[in-house]
Amino acid sequence: MNLKLWLETGESFEGASFGAEVKTTSMLGELVFNTGMTGYQEILSDPSYCDQIVMMTFPLIGQYGVNKDDFESMVPALKGFVVREACETPSNWRSEYTLPQLLKEFGVPGIQGLDTRLLTKKIRSSGSMRALFANPAVSKEEVMEQLKQPLPKDQISRVSTRHSIHFPGEGKRVVLMDFGYKKNILRSLLRRGCDVVVVPWDSSAASIMKFKPDGVMLSNGPGDPKDALHTLPVIRALQEALPVMAICMGHQLFALANGADTAKMKFGHRGSNPPVKDLKNGRTYMTSQNHGYAVTLESIGASPLELTQVNLNDGTCEGLAHKSLPAFSVQYHPEAYPGPEDTQWLFDAFIQSMK
Amino acid sequence: MPRLSHLKKVLVIGSGPIVIGQAAEFDYSGTQAVHSLREEGVEVILVNSNPATIMTDKETADKVYIEPLNEDFLTRILYKERPDGLLPTLGGQTALNLAVKLKESGLLDKLGVELLGCKVDTINQAEDRKLFKELMIKIGEPVPDSAIVHTVEEAQAFARKIGFPLIVRPAFTLGGTGGGIAKNIDELNAVATSGINASPINQCLIERSIAGFKELEYEVIRDGKDNCIIVCNMENFDPVGVHTGDSIVFAPSQTLSDKEYQLLRTSALKIIRALDIRGGCNVQYALDPESFQYYVIEVNPRVSRSSALASKATGYPIAKIAAKIALGLGLDEIINPVTKKTYACFEPALDYVICKIPRWPFDKFIKADRRLGTQMKATGEVMGIGRTLEEALLKSVRSLEIGVHHVMLPSLKDRPREELLNRMERPDDERLFIVAEAIRQGIPLELIHARTKIDHLFLSCIRRIVLIESELRDAGAKLSPELLLRAKKTGFADSAIALFSGLTEMTIHDMRAKNGFYPVYKMVDTCAAEFESSTPYYYSTWETEDEVLPSDKKKVVVLGSGPIRIGQGIEFDYATVHAIQAIREMGYEAVVINNNPETVSTDFNISDRLYFEPLTPEDVLHVIRRENPIGVIVQFGGQTAINLAEPLHNAGIKILGTSLDGIDRAEDRRRFEALLKELNIAQPLGHTVTSMEEALEKTNVLGYPVVVRPSYVIGGRAMEIVYDADELTDYFTRAVKVTPQHPVLIDRYMIGREMEVDAICDGKTVFIPGIMEHIEKAGVHSGDSFAVYPPQNVDVTTQNKLIQLTTSIALALQIKGLINIQFVIHKGEVFVLEVNPRSSRTVPFLSKVTDVAMAKVATRAILGKTILEQGYVHGQLAETDEIAVKGPVFSFAKLVDVETALGPEMKSTGEVMGRDTIYERALHKAFLASGINIPQSGTVLVTVADKDKEEGMALVRRFHVLGFNFVATEGTAKLIAAEKIPVKVVARIGEAANDILAIIKAGQCDLVINTISRGRNVESDGFKMRRAAVERGICCLTSLDTVDALIRTLERQSFDLSPM
Repeated sequence: MNLKLWLETGESFEGASFGAEVKTTSMLGELVFNTGMTGYQEILSDPSYCDQIVMMTFPLIGQYGVNKDDFESMVPALKGFVVREACETPSNWRSEYTLPQLLKEFGVPGIQGLDTRLLTKKIRSSGSMRALFANPAVSKEEVMEQLKQPLPKDQISRVSTRHSIHFPGEGKRVVLMDFGYKKNILRSLLRRGCDVVVVPWDSSAASIMKFKPDGVMLSNGPGDPKDALHTLPVIRALQEALPVMAICMGHQLFALANGADTAKMKFGHRGSNPPVKDLKNGRTYMTSQNHGYAVTLESIGASPLELTQVNLNDGTCEGLAHKSLPAFSVQYHPEAYPGPEDTQWLFDAFIQSMK
Repeated sequence: MPRLSHLKKVLVIGSGPIVIGQAAEFDYSGTQAVHSLREEGVEVILVNSNPATIMTDKETADKVYIEPLNEDFLTRILYKERPDGLLPTLGGQTALNLAVKLKESGLLDKLGVELLGCKVDTINQAEDRKLFKELMIKIGEPVPDSAIVHTVEEAQAFARKIGFPLIVRPAFTLGGTGGGIAKNIDELNAVATSGINASPINQCLIERSIAGFKELEYEVIRDGKDNCIIVCNMENFDPVGVHTGDSIVFAPSQTLSDKEYQLLRTSALKIIRALDIRGGCNVQYALDPESFQYYVIEVNPRVSRSSALASKATGYPIAKIAAKIALGLGLDEIINPVTKKTYACFEPALDYVICKIPRWPFDKFIKADRRLGTQMKATGEVMGIGRTLEEALLKSVRSLEIGVHHVMLPSLKDRPREELLNRMERPDDERLFIVAEAIRQGIPLELIHARTKIDHLFLSCIRRIVLIESELRDAGAKLSPELLLRAKKTGFADSAIALFSGLTEMTIHDMRAKNGFYPVYKMVDTCAAEFESSTPYYYSTWETEDEVLPSDKKKVVVLGSGPIRIGQGIEFDYATVHAIQAIREMGYEAVVINNNPETVSTDFNISDRLYFEPLTPEDVLHVIRRENPIGVIVQFGGQTAINLAEPLHNAGIKILGTSLDGIDRAEDRRRFEALLKELNIAQPLGHTVTSMEEALEKTNVLGYPVVVRPSYVIGGRAMEIVYDADELTDYFTRAVKVTPQHPVLIDRYMIGREMEVDAICDGKTVFIPGIMEHIEKAGVHSGDSFAVYPPQNVDVTTQNKLIQLTTSIALALQIKGLINIQFVIHKGEVFVLEVNPRSSRTVPFLSKVTDVAMAKVATRAILGKTILEQGYVHGQLAETDEIAVKGPVFSFAKLVDVETALGPEMKSTGEVMGRDTIYERALHKAFLASGINIPQSGTVLVTVADKDKEEGMALVRRFHVLGFNFVATEGTAKLIAAEKIPVKVVARIGEAANDILAIIKAGQCDLVINTISRGRNVESDGFKMRRAAVERGICCLTSLDTVDALIRTLERQSFDLSPM
């Protein structure tokens, strides 16, 4: 069945539908691209993609199928998936079903057969943009009307847990503030023996302190950090009391809480290959990234934070540390999956800081 | 970290001649590295023995030494040049082994030369099986159960403990020479023996076979600050068991989930760190298809064939970056040369898939064992780029030039199911086609997988191709535009669509034109379009957007020569690169089309635009349509490009240089004969015959010996020289099927001195940079003979005659560009053997010795700058004082069952050059550089054919004067004894336990001289001897002319040894 991908610019691209069916139009999303050549299952289940339509730049997606272990969350948050070719005949020992089957089960529509490189270049030059899928029968006027709508601002509340959940461990107790956490952050802590309590994103400092944690992890999450400003006092209170590590959305909120600023990027960083330079040890690491906002460099100077890591390519902020408190943050995903495992040592550093 | 400032002068070692396992990729990486070093202000001294390389052009390095790559020569060069550093990681195994010797001898330390790129400990740890295994165990990386053995008995003991199958891997060998898989004790005895012999330290690793596992490779780079990146990973179509150089490869990996990808990535980083490599490195893995269990198979602590492929696959120039790292620069300080905006410290993201298919020499070596295993047999490779697996696969199939444009071999059509299943189980060069045929016949993928262990994903890819085939068959004349477009998107050639639909190729073409179906071109940019880049590196695909940047400049398209194969090697890439350079110097844009990932011509920095495409009329015409050049140059890309002249001309494209008519007059036998007759030039008399009776009759008139060959070469059936009617009858019954449709050509075999001339003509002036004399008589293929410049045994009158004939032929053919003519001087008279209206194999050699960049001069002439305007002359250039000898290099050790005796069919894979002021010294250098182990004393084993006895005895006398001893079988021994020369008589093969074969195998002789004589048994005995010598590493010469040359070098340097 044919399907059209419409951009807010009024351009449309026809392809073939796969995954969940689109009867008239799909829900609006922000079209972004990811350059990772593997990891589509993790990407599809990463809550940080909430309200986004994700396009993979690698043309062959679904080659190794879908397995039961590699989900980063149980509920998909993205609005659509764009690929050059979705594989119907995957092959891998862990594969249980195909990518199109997964999308169908997730209720996520997909489109294939498009010139994804052309679309990538469009986003590269015009920035991430609103987009949706529509049945070719739907008129342009109708589609454009929908494309004018703003995107919602409540992504975090939709992907965060409603209740606290306890994952027992023998070691230090970590409270994981869930802004839409990837399971591998939890796994990375549990693997190191931590006792983890996942709490809702809007928990108060007092309710978190009740768990008697040894440290706090601020998770990744979707959307604009400025849609979660009321968490800033909580973060300020926690960092005074406990060691803090923050990832991605957590990093941006940590920056905001300490007086730095964030801004939307043109098309963000999404992939498994951005190089990040650690200003302290001089080393450069390959990182897993997924963010559309960044902490602005000029806002850091006046804050109690110091810049610890930068993106080697565009110089954007990739890591911060508090000058006087045991609190640090990174913009990328040291927990990996998808992507390289180069910076897993940050978890060790965090655990060290709790001792 | 800024670059290490004390490194002002660096010596780079090249990889020497092209052999199986070490080909053009090292010219690519070496050239790139030298440029990279010079960019940093380093003075570069380069040593390589292979003249057919861009890296040995004077312009490439500050100083170039074309000398044998051995310890003696390197020692002298090191003393003479006193470099600060030695970079051996870009010249393959040859350079690495040489560096180890120089370091271990203490020379480098003595001269204060720093070894760059990696340490000797690293090389030893990566190359020595035992040390490698110990290191892997220490860092917790899994390796298969294995044992290091030095004897067959030790190998047997391990087999008793572990069981079969086992893999034998000799230490320190090229392309796994001598190794193999053993399924039982007999096979183990054979493989272990050859492996232990092949290893220079007589050491082999025997390990549990993990055949059937997925095979993967990771290309890693590390700098001095410990920053590590993966440039590319690759997945083999063929599971573990087939040498990676003989495997079909896809990049990036296709069946690995992110978990598996990262598992191996993390392991690869751990390994390069443990080895402390600073530069490029390649790690090979076996991964269980049913679990996360993996094994490290091998590590190459240097730039390799795979890294050349990875560079072309990603656009990331590994050698260039590795060279900068060797100078101390960090990955985070080196700008990514592709984007020019980002840094080299990142991992390329691809938005296409590449497929590499090896090119094997079995079309030339019909009798060779074509089964594939742990010993590499391919001479070259092709790469196809596409947005789908199918497209990449079909493009690389088309690039192979094996007579098909689709994954279908006519010879396999309708073969019985069982035959297909049995053949696919034991991998050979046709396995891809066998699998495709099996799928076409409806054999279930499950069954094919069970027999081959080829991953289902790849089998499904082939099935999708086969499904389109049947849709096309069903559609027939009713082919719809929709299906046509789908077939094109799947990568089908028009010719394939025509084949299956039953329509003509022209109809398909017209239908596409009517519907506006043309490919677009996308850029290879290392970053999947995330960053802007302007890499002039494109591939075709069937998508919406075309990315070629428009240009108003006048453009010239140059066709490359495709995969390296016997007869069409790196020499043609050399000429192609020179043509590109000349085009650009003249203010045009040079556009190159080629599909060989190993070469310099496919480095995107060389041309204005590189199109990585199959060299078929359709693919080439698509590029031309996009580029709209003033014309196409076909004369530098060997026969591949010349063959495209006609279809391009017919499509209305201008052929720049010699016209199609000129090409045809040289290549069409009848027209060529007429031309020579018209010019009153002699050529050996010959006939075209259509039956054996006619052959015998005509040959009786011509007179024996004659050269016979099929006019229509099917599967490369051989050309032979026959000496009498019996041999001729034998040839017709054994070698060819002669029919009126497939006639056989018979020419008088003129015994005599063979001469070769390469000339440049602009239509008016004929410029001859030099004449070469072959050392072996006509009858040995010119590519396999030693040749010397300037001629040593030909008088001025004859040379003038050659010049005169060359001039008149070039003018008559209205050559614009290069022409190559081979002559034979028979009883004082000059005959023309062959005219090639194109660049030849000898152009690089002659360009080097005469200091005339012939391909450049020719290109300028083609583009309108006359030879006189270029400052050259009509006629021959004055000879230089220098004497240069070209020596052929063979890869017989890699190819079991291949006949090593030289004949009219070419067998060599590469060449070397020896240059000096004295002929014998130049010869000596050529022998040394070609790897011939010249014995200064010892025992010569002689068996010569009756026709060669007289000449043979003269040589024996000279060896005797030099103090050599002799071993011979009865016949030859009698003759030697008759000369009053002591000789040991040995039994013929099978006539005693200690027969002549046993003598060779035991290494009880130092040189084997064996000339071929006919008659079935004698022939096969000779064959066994020659093979035994090759496998034992004993020099075996089959032409007495080569022996004469060898003795001359010995006589020249030998002190007199007479008693008082």
